[in-house]
Amino acid sequence: MISESSLEKLKILAGAAKYDVSCASSGTKRTNTQGGIGNAAAWGICHSFAEDGRCISLLKLMLSNYCIYDCAYCINRKSNDIPRTSFTPDEVANLTIEFYRRNYIEGLFLSSGVLRNPDHTMELLIGVAKKLRTEHKYNGYIHLKTIPGANQLLIAEAGLWADRLSVNIEIPSEENLKILAPDKDFKSVLEPMKIISNNILESKEERKQHRKAPLFSPSGQSTQLIIGATNDTDHTILKLSSALYTRRDLKRVYYSGYIPVNTYDNRLPALNTPPLRREHRLYQADWLMRFYGFRSSEIVNTENPNLDLELDPKVTWALRNPHLFPIDINKADPLMLLRVPGIGTHSVQMILMARKHNRLNSSHLQKMGVVMKRARYFITCNELRSQNIQELKPELVRQLLLEKKSAASDNAIQLKLFHPMAPALR
Amino acid sequence: MNIFSFDNTFEGLLTLVFESYQRKQFPDEILSGEGGQHVLFGSTLTVITDDRKAERVWNGIISHSSEDNAHRIYRVFLADLPETPLLLLKYIRLIIDSAYNEETNFSEPVVVEFVKLHQKVCKEASRINMFVRFQKTVEGSYYASFAPMYNVLPLCIPHFRDRFADQSWIIYDLKRNYGFLYDLKDVSRVVFEELKVNTQNGQLHSSLLAEDEKLFQQLWKQYYKSICILERKNDKVHRQFLPKRFWKYLPEKSAL
Repeated sequence: MISESSLEKLKILAGAAKYDVSCASSGTKRTNTQGGIGNAAAWGICHSFAEDGRCISLLKLMLSNYCIYDCAYCINRKSNDIPRTSFTPDEVANLTIEFYRRNYIEGLFLSSGVLRNPDHTMELLIGVAKKLRTEHKYNGYIHLKTIPGANQLLIAEAGLWADRLSVNIEIPSEENLKILAPDKDFKSVLEPMKIISNNILESKEERKQHRKAPLFSPSGQSTQLIIGATNDTDHTILKLSSALYTRRDLKRVYYSGYIPVNTYDNRLPALNTPPLRREHRLYQADWLMRFYGFRSSEIVNTENPNLDLELDPKVTWALRNPHLFPIDINKADPLMLLRVPGIGTHSVQMILMARKHNRLNSSHLQKMGVVMKRARYFITCNELRSQNIQELKPELVRQLLLEKKSAASDNAIQLKLFHPMAPALR
Repeated sequence: MNIFSFDNTFEGLLTLVFESYQRKQFPDEILSGEGGQHVLFGSTLTVITDDRKAERVWNGIISHSSEDNAHRIYRVFLADLPETPLLLLKYIRLIIDSAYNEETNFSEPVVVEFVKLHQKVCKEASRINMFVRFQKTVEGSYYASFAPMYNVLPLCIPHFRDRFADQSWIIYDLKRNYGFLYDLKDVSRVVFEELKVNTQNGQLHSSLLAEDEKLFQQLWKQYYKSICILERKNDKVHRQFLPKRFWKYLPEKSAL
């Protein structure tokens, strides 16, 4: 079944799938069945890391890279002259099982170019998932891509076999999407998301009634936005993801720095390097929304439509709101502790537990893993008396934080002479 | 100076705690295994493992803190470092001697040190789950070898047992020379007298490999190469997540 010839196909179809960022394998906890293979670990497991630093958890493949669409940002657009090929469903299923048995992967991520029409393609993807679950008794993770425009019933079926479904929005605003992907509009991507989220809710309700009611996409759904291919601001992007998290209950929104794959297309910007810094800041902002109780309007708004590339979004928020600081580590509310730069979710938990035993000072905090070089300007604690944001003013704190980052550069040394922390001037 | 020695088992360590309380004498140094013979000054007390005494200490830990904490102590013991027995003795004393549950008192240096080591042990265990690579043998069973920094193999067995329930497998610790074998029914501990394994990369001798094993390793290597976006190459992050010490056991990172 699998032979030397699969090598070439794998090269093309893994290469075609690599621009999809999603690789999470978390969110489902499933134990193995009698005589079956595989389980799904709730926390997800990475099995390797590519040289670009990204985790490899799933066997990420395109079933086929033939496509009837011509989206400007996509390597597989029909006007591109590239080698094209397709896997048979059996090939994908066998490859998944063989890799899985060797502990190379956590499961399968299957996408595809649009063949003939969305429904036909969706049927092929469902076929692979079904084959794995029934013929191979496979209980590992499966992530299926939903093809925009596919029939509602097909989406409902896909959710019964897969752990996670995803539809990629790719371009964060409708006007730009229409320019770059003439065959798509917001409706064709947002509609399937709505169907998936309704099905998930329904299945959750049913499982409250009957314990054995079928699971529907138990690990939820995710999507991806391309960053830097259009002039959309971070404000637009984060507003969209915030709406997706709250209204569609998405598990993840992925941000993918645009890599110029079709340089000849002048609808797209000419970038020398992908906007990796911006992508990183967007993920930080995303984390703030999901785990730190921030609203998107606190991170970016009409006055500050873009994230600061030099400092992380939590620091910039704190610098814009100096009146809330400094806070007392030994008394502050947990939600406020989460908002202090340099203190993460793990540290907050440790602080909350530890302060029941003892009053905490800065050396305790340091040992617990609080990043004091950032946190020191925003907190007071037992004994620590350092200059905080009220005395230093936000502008100077900003400079001090930036200076710590580029301590090696000459600039930093010059700055040092002029700020009041320098003992000579105090 | 008080020196105690024990047989380097977890029950042995708990017995040691029991003995110290009974004698009201606490060791300044703990030797494990055969190390006891090389002491020049002072006398060494050799602790004889007693399961009943060990169980009393185990229950004492649970009643003074929590069952979770007792299991954490076991996991830290598996760190298998020369200094862990003494750290654990200090930690267990703190737990037992105080009126309140001290396991969350992170202003206490011993507690922080304990928690940090616990994190490291758990991380190493999860790395086994991540980086173990099975090779299919001629008989159709699967073999993997590894050299973990800490003695964490026992922590990983339940995961592999559930996941790979329908294939027989062996996972072998090359550093400590023992492993676990699953025969489709039970998991048992095994020690091989003679290993037909290349200890440099954990690969079985090619005469033992299944016919298509090399092909799948090749496919995996091809996949690994194709999935990387060259424009985003990031060596620092790559090495941070995939430290070099694992490379030799991973087909995708070895030259072959």
